[in-house]
Order: sequence, then C-alpha cells, then structure tokens
Amino acid sequence: MAKSALLKSSLAKKYWMALTGLFLCLFLIGHLLGNLQLLSTGKDAALNFNKYALFMTTNPAVKLLSYLTYFSILFHAVDGIVLTVQNKKARPVGYVKNSASSNTIWASRNMAVLGTLILVFIVTHMTNFWAVMHFDKKMPLQTVTIESEVMPGMPPQTQEMYVTVEGSYIPVAAVEQGMISIQNRTEVYRTDNNLKIAHLYKDLYKITVEFFKDAKWGLIATILYVFSMLVLAFHLYHGFGSAFQSLGLNNPKYNLLIKNFGKAFAIIVPLLFAVIPVYIHFFLK
Amino acid sequence: MKLDSKIPEGHISEKWTKYKDHLKLVAPNNRPKIDVIVVGTGLAGASAAASLGEMGYNVKAFCFQDSPRRAHSIAAQGGINAAKNYQNDGDSIYRLFYDTIKGGDYRAREANVHRLAEVSGNIIDQCVAQGVPFARDYGGLLDNRSFGGVQVQRTFYAAGQTGQQLLLGAYSALSRQIGLGRVQMYNRHEMLDIVKVDGKARGIIARNLLTGELERHSAHAVIIASGGYGNVYFLSTNAMGSNVTAAWKIHKKGAYFANPCYVQIHPTCIPVHGTNQSKLTLMSESLRNSGRIWVPKKIEDAEAIRAGKLKPTQIAEEDRDYYLERRYPAFGNLVPRDVASRAAKERCDAGYGIEANDTNEGVYLDFSSEIINKGKQTAYAQGNHNPSEEEVIKLGKQWIEEKYGNLFQMYQQITDENPYETPMKIYPAVHYTMGGVWVDYNLQSTIPGCFVAGEANFSDHGANRLGASALMQGLADGYFVLPYTVSDYLANDIRTGKISTELPEFAEAENNVKSQIDKFLNNNGSKSVDHFHKRLGHIMWNKVGMARNEQGLKEAIREIDELRKEFHENVYVPGAANELNTELEKALRVADFMELGQLMAMDALQRNESAGGHFREEYQDSEGETLRDDVNFNFVGAWEYGGSDINAETLHKEVLNYEYIKIAARNYK
Amino acid sequence: MASKSININLKIWRQKDAKSKGQIETYKLDNVSTASSFLEMLDQLNEQLINERKEPVAFDHDCREGICGMCSLYINGRAHGPASKVTTCQLHMRSFKDGDTIYVEPWRSKAFPVVKDLIVDRSAFDRIQQAGGFVSVNTSGRTIDANATPVPKHDADRAFEAAACIGCGACVASCKNGSAMLFVGAKVSQYALLPQGKVEATERVLNMVRQMDDEGFGNCTNTGACEVECPKGISLENIARMNREYLFASVK
Repeated sequence: MAKSALLKSSLAKKYWMALTGLFLCLFLIGHLLGNLQLLSTGKDAALNFNKYALFMTTNPAVKLLSYLTYFSILFHAVDGIVLTVQNKKARPVGYVKNSASSNTIWASRNMAVLGTLILVFIVTHMTNFWAVMHFDKKMPLQTVTIESEVMPGMPPQTQEMYVTVEGSYIPVAAVEQGMISIQNRTEVYRTDNNLKIAHLYKDLYKITVEFFKDAKWGLIATILYVFSMLVLAFHLYHGFGSAFQSLGLNNPKYNLLIKNFGKAFAIIVPLLFAVIPVYIHFFLK
Repeated sequence: MKLDSKIPEGHISEKWTKYKDHLKLVAPNNRPKIDVIVVGTGLAGASAAASLGEMGYNVKAFCFQDSPRRAHSIAAQGGINAAKNYQNDGDSIYRLFYDTIKGGDYRAREANVHRLAEVSGNIIDQCVAQGVPFARDYGGLLDNRSFGGVQVQRTFYAAGQTGQQLLLGAYSALSRQIGLGRVQMYNRHEMLDIVKVDGKARGIIARNLLTGELERHSAHAVIIASGGYGNVYFLSTNAMGSNVTAAWKIHKKGAYFANPCYVQIHPTCIPVHGTNQSKLTLMSESLRNSGRIWVPKKIEDAEAIRAGKLKPTQIAEEDRDYYLERRYPAFGNLVPRDVASRAAKERCDAGYGIEANDTNEGVYLDFSSEIINKGKQTAYAQGNHNPSEEEVIKLGKQWIEEKYGNLFQMYQQITDENPYETPMKIYPAVHYTMGGVWVDYNLQSTIPGCFVAGEANFSDHGANRLGASALMQGLADGYFVLPYTVSDYLANDIRTGKISTELPEFAEAENNVKSQIDKFLNNNGSKSVDHFHKRLGHIMWNKVGMARNEQGLKEAIREIDELRKEFHENVYVPGAANELNTELEKALRVADFMELGQLMAMDALQRNESAGGHFREEYQDSEGETLRDDVNFNFVGAWEYGGSDINAETLHKEVLNYEYIKIAARNYK
Repeated sequence: MASKSININLKIWRQKDAKSKGQIETYKLDNVSTASSFLEMLDQLNEQLINERKEPVAFDHDCREGICGMCSLYINGRAHGPASKVTTCQLHMRSFKDGDTIYVEPWRSKAFPVVKDLIVDRSAFDRIQQAGGFVSVNTSGRTIDANATPVPKHDADRAFEAAACIGCGACVASCKNGSAMLFVGAKVSQYALLPQGKVEATERVLNMVRQMDDEGFGNCTNTGACEVECPKGISLENIARMNREYLFASVK
C-alpha cells in the first residue's frame, strides 16, 4: 500500500515534481555561479573559466550531481507530461465561458507550456555547449599569448602557448613542428617516445564568446537566450513556492518568507543568467 | 384507538434507565437478518442509521438531496444544549428538563423531556469523540454560551455553524457504515408512501428522483426522520426541499398527527424583501446575547426611517424603545422565541416597524453597545486601561467578528448593509414545527413498526422549542433512544425472514403513487406549482401565523379547502414521469402541504387557549401575554386521518400529567 | 439599499439527461429585482418558461442560505459567480448590471458527470468520505467525558475552519485540473488536527487519497483557484497538511 502510494498516487507525482524541481533550482544556482565568471574581465578570465569547466566535467562528485541533474530534468519533464495528460482527462468537457484570470496567476496555469519551452531551450543549450564540450573533435583548446624578450633591446616576441592542467606552457608551434601530438582531444604526447606529458584545457570560454558574438547568429542567439530566461522566470515564479506547498511545507509563520524568497529567486536568477549573453554580445571587447 | 404513551413506571429520573434494562434485545447474530429503513439523513436520521448499522442491522437510508450531508439540520446556527454544567452556574439534568418543559409552555410530555435531558451530556461526549470541532476556550476545554429562555450557559457551539458540524459528525458516522457496507444509501430518492402488511410498517415506495423510477423497499421497521413542515408557509427558514410528505403519507396510513398548530416563529430573521423571495434567512438567536432589539419610540421617527430620511444611527438613545428590556427585565433580549416574536409583531402592528417593505415589518438588532462593552473589556485585558474611543470600537468589532463573523458576513451578503456600522434589521419568520407525528415513549407512531424521530415527531418541545434544543433532540433520538426501542420492537421479528416486495400491498401502494403522478402530469392546468404554494403560504401566514383568531382560522380552513381543489384542477406540471422532474417533485410535496395546512388551521381552531407558538388573540391578558388553559387544554391533540376530506379528521387527546414539575404561568419578567 | 429592476440575457447550458448532448440556450429575462438572489432569478426564469409551456431549467439547490452546499453553477466563468466567499444561493443580482449577459454552466469534471441541465452528480465526494472521513467510534454514550482531553484552542479553531467545508465542489469546478484536493485536504486536516482523529490518521489519508484518485479527479498544481473560489474560504494550508500527512503515512 504505502509503496505504491509513493510511486503511483496523485500526491506522489506532486512530491517528485517538487523534489526534482527544487533540486534543479539548486543546480541553477551552481550553474549561475560558474557562468558569472564569464563577466570577469581580468587577464585570466578565460583561463579561470576553462579551469572551472574542466573541474565541472571531471570531478567525480560533480559528475554524480550532473547525472542527478539529467535524471531530474527528465523526470521533471516526464512527470509533468503525465500530470498534464491526466489533468486534461479530468475535465473532458470544458467551459464555454471561463474566467481563469480572476482566481489564478498566468504562470500557474501555463506551467506545462513554460516547461516545454524550457525543455526545448535545455536541448538547444546542451547541443550548443555541452555536446561541443563533450564530443566535438574540433573543440578549441585554451592558449595564452606570451610575450618574451629573447634578447635585450630587441622587440619582444609573442608566442602562442597551450596552458596545461599541470601548470606548464607548451608552445602551440610544437605541434606543427611535430615534437608533440594531441590525442583524445586534450592529451599531449611526446612524439619521440609517445609518453603522455600533459593535459590541456578545452576552451569553452572561446566557444561561448564566439557563439554570442557571431556576426550572423549572435544577436538572435542572445535574444533567444534572454527569452528563454524570461520563460524560466515565469516557471520559477509559480514553481518555487509551489514545490514547498506540494511537500507540505506550509506554515503561516514562514509562508510569506518562502513566497517572497521564491519570487526573488524567480526574478534574480534568470536575470543574472540573461545578463551574461547580453554583456558578451554588446559589451565584451 | 386509545392513545397509549407507554410512559414507564417509576421516578422520573429512573424511568429511562429502568426501562432500558428491561427492553427486549436482538442478538448480534440475528441482526443481519433484519432490515430497517430510515427516511431522512438529518441529525436524527443519520445518527439512527449509523447507530443501527453499527449494531449490525441491514439499514437502508434515503434522502432526497444529492448527499446525506445536505439535510437541513446543517443550517442550524447557534448551538446544542447539554446539562454538563461545565460553567458551574447551577445547571443540572433537572434544570434542563425544567427549562425545556417551561419553555414549551407546559405542553410536552415529562418523561420524554427528562430522558432528553439525561442523554444530553452523552451527545456532547459522543460528538467530541467523533471529531466535531466545538468552540474551546484557551485552556482547551469546551466553551459555552447562553440561549433564550434560560439563565445558565449550557449551549455548546461551533461558531455560527453548530448544526453543520454536528450533522457532518453524524454524516461521518453514517459514511463509515456505508463504507463498511452496513448501510445502503439511497441519495436523490423521495419516499412517496409507506407500505403496511398485516397492520405493520413493512416498507416504502420511493421515487428515484434521477430516473423517475418507482422503487419498492421492504423492511421490518421504518424510521421517519424527515424533518418539519415549516414550508407549508412557502416562506420559511427551511430549505427549499424540506417537506412533510413522508410524515404526511404515514399519517394517511394511520399515524396520528399531533399538535400541528404548534409552529415556531423565529424572532431574528432577515425581513422579506420582495415578491420573488423564495426563502427567509435566519440570523442565529445567539446574536441576542450581544444585540439589543429596538424600534423608535416616536412613530414619526419610524416613518422617517422607512422613507429613507433618517438612519437608525441618527436616533438618539433616549428615543429608542428597547421593548424587550422594557417588558421583560429579567430575561431582556433573551426571552424565548415565541415571546420575542410576538413582541416584534406587536410593535410593528402598532406602526413602529422600520423596514420599507409592503408590510413595514422589521425591527433593529443593534450591536453598538456590545461593541463598546467588549472593546473596553478587551482593551483592559490587554493592559490598556485608557483606550481611546477608536481603539475600543476596533477591539469591539474584532470581538464581534470572532464570535459571529460568519453571520455578519451572511447578513451583509443578503442585505448589502454592514451590520458592524448600522443595526441589523430583523423580523420573525417561520422556523420550526413543534407539532408532528404522534409517537409514544418509544418514538413509535400509531402504526406498529413505524418510528418517527427528530423534528418530524411532536415529542419534546411542547408548544415552543427553546433555542439549541432541536439539535439535542435529533441526536438524542437517533443515537440514544431509537437503537434501544427499535431493537425492542424488532426482537419479535427474528423469525419473520425477508419481507417480499412482491406482496400485493406493495403493488397497491406503488399503483397509488403512480396514479397520483400521472394525474399531475396529465392535468394540463395553467398555473405553476409555486403559484399555488405561494397562495397557500399567504393564507397560512396571515391566518394561521403568529397570531390567530377564530374567524381567521375558519376562513383559512375554507380557503385552503378551495385552494386545494383549484390546485388539483388547474396546476400545470411539465415534463415526464421517467426523468428528473423538479416541478413534479414540488407538486407532490405541495399536495401534502395543502392537506396539512388545513389540519393546522383546524388544530389551531380547536385549541381555545394561547400556548407557546400558538397564540390566539382571544386568549391574552391585558399586557398581551399568553393565557393558557391548563384545565381544558392540557392535552396533546392527535389527529386521525379520515379520508380525502380533511374536515373528517378525528381529534384524539393524550392528557399530559405533570408529576414532577408544578405547572405555572410562564413568566420571563 | 434600495433595490431596482434590471433586464438581463441568460446563456444557460441545457442538457436533457446524462446521455444527451447539451448546448447553450439564450433567454431574455426582464424585471429582475437586484435584491433577488441568483437562484430567485432562476425561479423567475422558470416561472416564465412554465408559463410559456417550456421545460424549466433544472438546477440543484436546497437551503438557500449558503450552508448545505447543494447549489453550484459556473456563472460568467467562475464557480458560484463573481462575488467572493459566497455560494450561488447567496449571490445577489445587485452584482449584475442592466443589460448584462450571464453565462450559467454546470460544474465540469469527469468525476461530476452532468445529470440534467445544470445538475451534476457529486457522489464522488461521498465515496471519498466513506473511504476514511470519520473517526471509528461507535455510538455508545460511554465514551470519555467531552472535557477529558483538552484540545488547544488554536488546533480546535483550525480544525473547525477546515470542517467548515460545505462539499459544494466549487474547488473542483474552478481548478483547471479538476482536482479535489481542497475538499479532501480539508477533511484530512480536520481530523489530523484533533487528538480524536490522530489515532487512525495514517490509514485515513491513504484511503481517502486512493479513493480520490480512483474517482478520476485531476491533480493539484497549486494554482490556488480553489482557495479563491471556495465559498467558505478553506485555506490551501489544508492541502499542504494533507501532502504532509500523506508523505509521512506512505513512508511509515
């Protein structure tokens, strides 16, 4: 009895929606904190971001979390679809005249549509960045330009160097010269003895900046991104507080707090996300 | 047939206990062989059905509403009395017994009323155990308030929705039995006749209101708990569907109908607004704890108010006539209902009414003094010993809201006036019927095996019911009386076996119902059912209402008789028999109201005295108080049906003997 | 307040029986007093229809004082009409203007099938109650004294507020999902808040929710429409409490 209650009942579906939803809110915070580094203008901005990206793709704990995130997204979406279908069935004949706006906010009535849009966004977003990061053979690697005085008095020479995860620099030219080769996208091997000598950073920063600064598509991408964040904001505006209610966390003492926090969250988080592409597209030099 | 009330021997305080000890029982293994029908699912019906189901009988319960939870007990607002003496203000079983007898103007049966008082405490225990959320004080114990006609606080309540909470309690007990399969529930079914086999009640004919199908249901005993007949007046505080049909059908098959003229006119209802009005809304009597009733002292002020030139708040204190406080200083605004109602009528008849409707009928119920008093008290309790006037009023309004919030909201909803700012307008309206089917001490009617409970019987309230006693009686009958007395009756039926619905008696009853329905549907008259119902109500209110006299009653009898003929000749009932047909339902009910209305007038005419809700203008003293005749009219008037001519009904008298209470003039001064 | 007379147009759902297909019919009704209740206005319409030898409109109603929960009606797109915390029987015509067109439809829910015109079958609510909406205590008159178990006033008041539900079904009707959770939540809450109800709280919430699901009600998505439209102001807190109770009950 109790077991099926936790899987099949109407209330169980609410719990799972709420739990996965709240987990995804946590994910949003984590993701946002990482992304905000894109706003950094320091010399090492790109490097720091790529370091972070590497950490996020390799750390075992993060990996575990990421699988949980994929699962949550999928479950949240599937559960949401099942709920929507069921709920449609609960009213086979609709009203001729219905004045829903007099008793509910728009977002709360359109969670399924908003959610679907977000799902489309997630798929696109992952194709644009996550898939490139994970699978693209032509993924650029992090380099720095180093100026060095070869001889005093001579003009300084600039040289493109790979930054290795291990902390050293390897001239990009060394690949062309055949001294080293790059295998498995980021591993550096000495050509002579085929020994792995270092790991390189994928340059996600570059991918991102180029994506939003693209002469042809950059503006559209930025607009779509901002629009998606608006959708997310509406979804969160209802969803955040709703999750607490679904889990039974309703106490007159704290309701206002939860409600206001939820509203703030729904506005601030998507806003900050949206600021990044706008900054990149319009202001980043 | 001589009326045998079957009052047990012994001292009043031991009668019920001793009697119970010697009643016959049905063993648990025999109970499932026995069927019981319960008609009505209000407090009495639901509690009886639940209790008998718990015991193990096969119970079939019927209600005309779409759910048993909607029975009109749900609308009772104020509270339920019980002799718990939690407030330590001198209450006792005896005092509740005494107050009820006195409140009923010494026209109720002592033994029944004492039993009611005895079980009253159990009702509260039972309801609390069921999860009824009564009002509580800050210590977590049950709170009480006062009601009219008593000087102790013995009324338990749940805001202004006590009836609702008690009914939902009984409904939950009933639901449990339905869920367990021990009670079979028939929603949207209306009983249209009782079936007698060998002189005993053995079943009913019920119409499925959804399909129109006539169904035969058999049982070893039938309990009628179908409520009162206030809707005979068309306008009353009853629900629109409340009707006398079940009670009247058993009357026509041999159950005597007692004291039909005892009708309670409730003093605090919202006045009539216009001709399309369908019902009247009660404002709980509990409001009289806090409100003061008044009309202007000067007739010109009343006229100015009706003309809309003056507001009640503009009438100075010394120009207000708090007539209840003036006439009855000991009880003031808390005199019994009949007294308060007549006093309002007296003022309005004299021209002091304040409502601008056809009849100028309305008086004020004013909360401004209470707002100030309670505001001051609250401020003091909060440690503020010098509150400003604004603070006082604010706190006072808060106090009122907590106590009566839902009633104030309801009032404003209906009248569009804010009773926190301006006094409520109220006027008496038909509310409760003390009369009903005559029953003995076992609550059995003169048809063996046919029991009657709650407002449908005549038993406990004499000529006037005290506030908060109807709920008490309904639950007492259903929870604590019928389970014993019905079992005693059924003990003789353990070998009877199932009653066949193929018996000719069932066929005959069904055919009678069918022909009545067909007659209505083929009548092809020209006027709606409501048209006739309103006309009946008009006659009843004007001539068999708050004040009656010989001439008016004689006119009423003749007029109703004529109206009934016209109704049957000229009513138009659209639709068909085999479908949901609300007009047909109404027609069948109004047909019975027509007959009952006439009997009410006859009963009022024979009762040459004034008692409780029955006020005969010929019998009053110089101050307008009732004059009872305890020598010639100390009886229950029980009418025996005498065929389609209502004038042929025969009156039987059950003389009331008062052994434990000294009869006295009712004095609330 | 002085009442006046208005003329209105009515668009009412007419459906002969459960099996027939229904449609909106238009009626014109003149001289409606603004002091009339909405149902008195329908009485007036029916009187007019009967006089025209037409079939009157069937609608559920009984107490006409806002407590029995029998009246329903979706009026101009809202359960119990435009006024707040009011049942249809206590909605008054002063809420409408001369010349208004008023749509009147039955509750729409798979679990509340239309029986005729504006009447629906709400027995699903009864069955939910039968599944567990009670305290399993037999009638005896020998239960413990009513004051033997003090109940904190706060809890008693909350329980009462939940118990004030009249079972009209406006929550289901106005919920875009046709969910019955406000009704069930209120019942679960009433008992969960009282010591008398706590004993079988686990079984109760599991059984009532199972029955609710079986009846075909939709699922709550916390839009809050039910709370806004509830004529008795039953709070969403009750749904949260049910969610909580159910969660604990199902992991027990």
